[in-house]
Amino acid sequence: MLERLFRRRVYWLFLAPALIVYTVFMVYPLLSSFGYSFFQWDGYIREGFSGLTNYAKVLFERPYSDRLVGALKHNVMFFTLTFAIQTTFGLFLAVMLNRGGKFLRACQVAYFAPYTLSLVVVGFLWLLLLNPTWGQVNKILAAIGLGRFARPWLGDMATALPTIILVNAWRWLGFPITVYLAGLHGIPEELHEAARVDGATSWQAFRNVTLPLLAPTIGMVSILTFIYDFNAFELIFVMQGSSGSPFYATDVLGTFFYRTAFGDSTTGGEVGQVGLGSAIAVLMFLLVCAASIVGVWLIRRREVEM
Amino acid sequence: MSAANASRARRLGTRALYVALGLYGAAVSYPLFLMVVTAFKTTREIFFAPFALPSRWNLANFATVWQRANFPVYMKNSLVVTGTSVVVIGFVASLAAYALARYRFRWNGALYIYFLAGLMVPIRLGVLPLFLLMRDLGLLDTHASLILTYVASGMPMSVFILTGFFRALPQELEFAARIDGCTEFQVFYRVMLPLVRPALATVMLINFVPLWNDFFFPLIFLRSDSLKTIPLGMTVFFGQYETNWGVVFAGMLLASLPLLALYLLMSQQFIKGLTAGAVKG
Repeated sequence: MLERLFRRRVYWLFLAPALIVYTVFMVYPLLSSFGYSFFQWDGYIREGFSGLTNYAKVLFERPYSDRLVGALKHNVMFFTLTFAIQTTFGLFLAVMLNRGGKFLRACQVAYFAPYTLSLVVVGFLWLLLLNPTWGQVNKILAAIGLGRFARPWLGDMATALPTIILVNAWRWLGFPITVYLAGLHGIPEELHEAARVDGATSWQAFRNVTLPLLAPTIGMVSILTFIYDFNAFELIFVMQGSSGSPFYATDVLGTFFYRTAFGDSTTGGEVGQVGLGSAIAVLMFLLVCAASIVGVWLIRRREVEM
Repeated sequence: MSAANASRARRLGTRALYVALGLYGAAVSYPLFLMVVTAFKTTREIFFAPFALPSRWNLANFATVWQRANFPVYMKNSLVVTGTSVVVIGFVASLAAYALARYRFRWNGALYIYFLAGLMVPIRLGVLPLFLLMRDLGLLDTHASLILTYVASGMPMSVFILTGFFRALPQELEFAARIDGCTEFQVFYRVMLPLVRPALATVMLINFVPLWNDFFFPLIFLRSDSLKTIPLGMTVFFGQYETNWGVVFAGMLLASLPLLALYLLMSQQFIKGLTAGAVKG
């Protein structure tokens, strides 16, 4: 009798390890962030309930509000530029690679390779290549007669963030290209055939056949890119420090959160502020969730229309 | 314009396109090439002939990395942490996915959604509570804190992919195994699990790459130098040898070599595996 019951409910034993680890070490911490953000903290010790005080402080009190707005702007720029690069240039490369063949496959391997590198290695590598005095980037510019454009790319307020975004794109671009390519493989050849028979130019065929059918894939990649870019941290931490030098020009939500939550060694060991940190984490959480939901909704709606 | 001319123009266009695509590939690979070449150079050569091949392919930089820095320790730590995490993820996620795919019970659909919900939320947004939880469990500054975090964060994607594969298996196999007197666990372990081995390999690869490269959680959880994994160790190492570029490049090359070599050996599986989740999602 007991054995039969055990045998019938045996799936709980299969589920238990995953369920426990996932709940305790992922779901619980994510949900607790909400709770933490409503309390006052002294270091890592929880004190009284404080309602929305932490949010008010982060959103409206200086210098936090300035940092939050600045970081948010940089994240938006990070995503916008990355998105623009991958949906134009990246998509173009994917469509070209879709012709197949050994040579193009080798190209794809080259495009994807940087994606296997750790962001820490990518950061250090480009830190050295972009070094204002000895780095190869400025030397290459000088060698091809563009020496007057040479500058301390990472030290200049105007160029620091775009440079970081491009370094990130160097590592990242292989991923969207490859996903687009997989999506393109899923489009039946007959459709292109039919478009050609109807006398469509290759641009028309792309615009009216390929693009609509690839839209869900592009949408999915864009959502992933959004989540990834709004959690950017490593590259900036490694290349520009935890306060996003020069003078917060590359500060993003990830570094702002890290500084607030765990203290900032760059400005002399300020202690971490759990309440404020959690409030920032919750705001990031809501932002990412909202964007994902809107993104998925847009993809679904398009699918229904077609 | 005659037909022959048009087709010649098109062929020329195609050739130009291939050259452009190849050049872009070369440009993307060039920083990697510089990393490899520079690792063999002396500091003098790096500064005075930054683009030349090394005059002598000397291994002195690698020797310095391996002997003077804590590099072998970082490497071992990365292997232990990533290896353990990936194996545990594979096993635990397979068990759960099997239950979700092959048993009908009331909570099935809800639990599947529960696991999937984690797909869209990065675990690092919960790092503060996680940090305090690890402190309370006495796990700060241990490898266990990393492994537990990694296993938890690996569940959504792994359960998602494996459930799909377990669902596709025919029922007859399961029935036959039960009739032969297998226990439920034996049905899973001996019959069904071997059939999803390709998916399991994909899952382990998907998890291996980001975990091997992870910097964030070691940064938060670890203090002792002897416990650090490669990405975090790299920052220690970079601080020590900042002026000795040859050594730094050698360190970066050694840190990237395991994944890079694996990638070049089996690039197609790699590319397919790493993008599997995104395509299906």
